[in-house]
Amino acid sequence: MSVPEVVMLATGVVGGAAALLVVTSRNVVHSALYLVVALLAVAGVFLVLGAEFVAWAQVLVYVGAVVVLLLFGLMLTRAPIGPTGQGNELGKAMPLAVALAVFAGLVALIVTSYGGEVIALEHVPPAALGEVLYVAWALPFMTLGFLLTLALIGAVVIARREEGEGPLPEPDPDEPEAAEASPPDSSSWPQRQPEPTPDEREVSA
Amino acid sequence: MSSVAWLIPALPAASAVVIVALGRKMPVGGAEIGILSLATAFVLSLVLAVEVFGANVAATTSGVGEAFLHTARVELAPIGAGDSIFAGIRIDGLTVMMFLLVTFVSLMVHVYSLGYLHGDERFTWYYAVLSFFSAAMLLLVVSDNLMLLLVGWELVGVSSFLLIGFWWELKANSDAAIKAFLTTKLGDVGLVVGVVALWGQFGTFDIAAITAMVGDGVQAGGAPLDTGMLSFALIAFVLGVVGKSAQFPLHTWLPDAMAGPTPVSALIHAATMVTAGVFLVARLYPLYSAAPAAQATLAVIGAITLLMAGLLALVQEDIKKVLAYSTVSQLGYMVAALAFSYTAGIFHLFTHGFFKALLFLGAGSIIHAAHSNNLRDMGGLAKVMPTTFATFLVGTLALMAVPPLAGFWSKDEILVEAAAAGGYTGSLVLVVGALGGALTVLYMTRVLYLTFAGSFRGEGHPHESPRSMTGPLVALAVPAALIGLVNLPVEAFQPYAFSAWTMFSLEYWQTHPIAFEPAIAAVAVGLALAGFLAGWALYRALPLGDDDPARRLGPVSTVLAEKYYLDRLWTDLVTRTIVRDTAAPAAVTLNDEVIDRAVAGAGRATVATGRRVYDDVDQRGIDGVLHGLATSTWWSGARLRLSQSGNVQLYAGAMLTGVVVLAIVFAVGEVS
Amino acid sequence: MAAVYPLIFAALLFSVGVYGLLSRRHAVLVLMSIELMLAAVTVNLVTFWAIAGDALLTGQVFALFVMAIGAAEIGVGLAIIMLIYRNRASVNIDDADLMKY
Repeated sequence: MSVPEVVMLATGVVGGAAALLVVTSRNVVHSALYLVVALLAVAGVFLVLGAEFVAWAQVLVYVGAVVVLLLFGLMLTRAPIGPTGQGNELGKAMPLAVALAVFAGLVALIVTSYGGEVIALEHVPPAALGEVLYVAWALPFMTLGFLLTLALIGAVVIARREEGEGPLPEPDPDEPEAAEASPPDSSSWPQRQPEPTPDEREVSA
Repeated sequence: MSSVAWLIPALPAASAVVIVALGRKMPVGGAEIGILSLATAFVLSLVLAVEVFGANVAATTSGVGEAFLHTARVELAPIGAGDSIFAGIRIDGLTVMMFLLVTFVSLMVHVYSLGYLHGDERFTWYYAVLSFFSAAMLLLVVSDNLMLLLVGWELVGVSSFLLIGFWWELKANSDAAIKAFLTTKLGDVGLVVGVVALWGQFGTFDIAAITAMVGDGVQAGGAPLDTGMLSFALIAFVLGVVGKSAQFPLHTWLPDAMAGPTPVSALIHAATMVTAGVFLVARLYPLYSAAPAAQATLAVIGAITLLMAGLLALVQEDIKKVLAYSTVSQLGYMVAALAFSYTAGIFHLFTHGFFKALLFLGAGSIIHAAHSNNLRDMGGLAKVMPTTFATFLVGTLALMAVPPLAGFWSKDEILVEAAAAGGYTGSLVLVVGALGGALTVLYMTRVLYLTFAGSFRGEGHPHESPRSMTGPLVALAVPAALIGLVNLPVEAFQPYAFSAWTMFSLEYWQTHPIAFEPAIAAVAVGLALAGFLAGWALYRALPLGDDDPARRLGPVSTVLAEKYYLDRLWTDLVTRTIVRDTAAPAAVTLNDEVIDRAVAGAGRATVATGRRVYDDVDQRGIDGVLHGLATSTWWSGARLRLSQSGNVQLYAGAMLTGVVVLAIVFAVGEVS
Repeated sequence: MAAVYPLIFAALLFSVGVYGLLSRRHAVLVLMSIELMLAAVTVNLVTFWAIAGDALLTGQVFALFVMAIGAAEIGVGLAIIMLIYRNRASVNIDDADLMKY
């Protein structure tokens, strides 16, 4: 067992544990924080494999931006701070079975395909990546930029508060449980002015 | 003239229709139409006779040529096997002879009935049926094919039924009519069998064609003539003759048929209808000559009948019944005669028609005067009814075959021919015929004495009948007396005589001349004389009732009184026991138990099958399939619907599972 | 180093992400699970590059792309969740069942 392997194993264990905690934690904010750990472990794996830039990019993008975004999302959707009950419609058995099946299948595939493979580790400096990225992969890189821009615009459009939308219903402070515990029925939905259909728009014009 | 000879039967037919339609409104109730049509028919017959008899005489005198024959026919309907039903006429000497006889006697009866049935409430209907009968009889004699003859035969039977049962209010009369009809119908079975057998053998109904084939010794298709088959057909015909001409053993209907009005008896049961059977044999004479077995049958039946009926005539109390049995006996003579000679048979038919009609009409006159049919209630009528007496006497003498009246010549002819033929049948007929002659004299003498001699024993005051009745009596007396002279067996006269008039073939006429045997004639006359003496002796004292010698013959009288138990045979044994008690219940059982059960069972089975088909096949089976289809569609839809849960995670899970499966499939595919 | 280690690590992360995707109630937690799965994918990509030793660094470049796309996807996803929350006042994905039969 060489040093890379040991480090690999360690980060793997940490990352795996953190991932498990993400999906099983009762507190949503705790889940987000465990996600940070898991993603950091992934970055560590990248470092072991020699992909230095990818590792730091992982930390920057995921841990820095994505998780923060997730936290903001949690905050804006009045995520419960304390522990909450779990249990969605599907229960636990089916997801477990599917996950185990997926894991088993993947492991089987990996072992049969790459069972005896050995990686020759080499360190790739960011400069080398940069050279490849802006020369060979220039076009996809630009396209990716466009994609990100478009996604950003789309997100802004989707999340924009429109005219006529009422304020968010205030949850009753005496019964914080009841607010998110019981799903609202159709009668309490806030009335929302439907967008004028293209036909109506033409008529009114 | 022969081309319009079809008018002769057509006129009475038309008059029957007209009388039915308009008779009631006419002054004499339709009788005038009947008399007019029959008179016209008679005149036409005379004219026709001149033509036909003249042609025949020309042939016999010159020795060349053929017997007159004119046929004309109209096709009515095809009946397959290349044959058709024709309506055709055949005019020859025999036809014309029958025309003369039928039209004349019918005319006399029409006139006579004016007085006899005067005041009867169904007067018009009577004349209509009389015309109908005349038309039917004329159709019978004029038809040229057996089918049409059969039609005429049956129509004659129907009109006889209508006329016998004319006063049907009295049950005895309607019973007599039914008895007559059914008994002759039994004989008609033989007739139909014979017609069909002949058709089968010769392939045609046409009499001329069949005669020609028999003459050539062939049958249908040129095959040699099968005498046995021919004999069978002709003997079947004899059954029809036995029925219609009241021969033994089917004679039982004729005496009972006296229940009808006396003019009817005169017309139908003396001169015309009962002679239809004799006529048939005469018409088919060439066939009978080729079948000796059939001729022997005729001889035997005729002989038995004439003797048996003569004996029965002795013990009758009813004057009409005496005459009826006498008719049966004389018909027996005719039938037996035709076994040996054509001319002998039809000559006797011809003469008998006149004098028997005369006798019946005379009896009618007597009954009209005495208001009773019974001989006991008569007597002493000679002084009161001279015309009737005179004409009745003439008729009686003719019947008794007293020379030179008609009966003598014709009856003598028969005896001569029988003697000439020889053999068993010939001798039989000769002996029996001679004895029968004696019997005839005996019973007629009895009638004469009991009716006209002594003093009146009945009630009331008898008087002579009106002119409408005595006129025909006189008119008939003339031919009764003289008609025998038309066939005198004088050789020089023969080519002009009755035998020549009615010949059917020159060759036959030339080979069968009318003979006269003085010996036989003498014997016959002698026997007749003996009979008269016996009658004179026995009945001179006018014994009546139980004194009547005929009744004092012990068991013989009983047998005679019971008419040889023949009636018992027919009614009890045949009708009651066999048909009513055995055959009919068997038929009913067969119908109810077997056939009805089978039919009902089939019906139930069908209903049950229908129910089963409906319940199981249709409701459960076919509908079940459809219901099953609908149910399975709904059930699968309900199951499939669950996948549309709206749950995103479920969708994701399903997709993942699919991907996993696909991955495995690809991996396995790659590995293998 | 044996290649199976990072690959199995990636498989583990992926499976855990599947479990979380299917079993969590909160929509944002579902997004987190998706993030885990994407991380597993990037690990896979880099590992395969390490195995192959590609001069064009295809694996690494792809890993970068995946990261970028993942970020975009998170942004849009959260925007949608915000909108749903605004209209339904609930982030329970079981409540977003309008497509139910």
